[in-house]
Amino acid sequence: MSDFLREYLPILVLLFVAGGFSVALLLAAKVLAPSEPDREKLSTYECGFNAFDDSKMKFDVRFYLVAILFIIFDLEVAFLFPWAVSLEYIGVYGWTVVMIFLAELFVGLIYAWKKGALDWE
Amino acid sequence: MLPVLSFYLISSVAIAAAFMVVASRNPVHSVMFLILTFFSAAGLFVLMGAEFLALLLVMVYVGAVAVLFLFVVMMLDVDFSEMKRGFFSYFPMGGVVAVILLMELIVIGGSYFADSEVTPEPRADGLSNIEAFGNVLFTDYAFFFEASGLILLIAMIGAIVLTLRHRTGVRRQDITKQVSRTRKDGVELVEIESGAGTGE
Repeated sequence: MSDFLREYLPILVLLFVAGGFSVALLLAAKVLAPSEPDREKLSTYECGFNAFDDSKMKFDVRFYLVAILFIIFDLEVAFLFPWAVSLEYIGVYGWTVVMIFLAELFVGLIYAWKKGALDWE
Repeated sequence: MLPVLSFYLISSVAIAAAFMVVASRNPVHSVMFLILTFFSAAGLFVLMGAEFLALLLVMVYVGAVAVLFLFVVMMLDVDFSEMKRGFFSYFPMGGVVAVILLMELIVIGGSYFADSEVTPEPRADGLSNIEAFGNVLFTDYAFFFEASGLILLIAMIGAIVLTLRHRTGVRRQDITKQVSRTRKDGVELVEIESGAGTGE
């Protein structure tokens, strides 16, 4: 095993511990807890009442707009990490390239701002 | 030994989760299994030494794209059992596409295994994954990088044009107005005689 993968070994151990612990708790609840289900107990309810509606409902498309804007700026930030790490190597040229990229997205930011897409009404 | 074991574990989880994406009845469960598939793919990237790509996968796909999928699934409000009914009428077309994709995978995999010298070399020159990535992305592939920026810009403008509707009669926040408000506009001192009430 290389040194690189050895650094990730704790994550693997954590995955196993977390998974094993969850399974153990679920099994313990299944085995130890008293369970007497009937039709009324298992039926769906909503704050003490019978369910008013289906759980699938239409909601405002503005949430979607916020999510899309988040993805775009998320990607923009993700590109800045390798830029910061290898700035020494890529020099002024790489710096300019990323600045042009940032300017492109800055145009989008100005547009979103002016249009009021970032406001909540 | 351990990397090989984890490879088989992670890839079998990925395949099982990808199967469940297609097989599960509830589309929200499908999205959850898709997230599990993304996580397993990130694990495979780590095993290949591509840690930056792995973290990017978790950050962008799990953090953002899966949320969009959930939004779409919840927003559509369609009867999914109704949609499943069309499965057999779409099956021939989908089958053709699936076979073409499988052939392409076999061609790629075959050329990969035939040339056994080609193995992914994580850090051939002692650079970390993210450094190797940044060194070529911002120099050799600068044009494609700028093009991706333009695509993101188009996506942003398109999303705003398609979804933004300003409703009338809704109060919006006007920060300039809030900040420029003084004490004189907002507070009034009223002298009230005792026992007379406010007169309202």
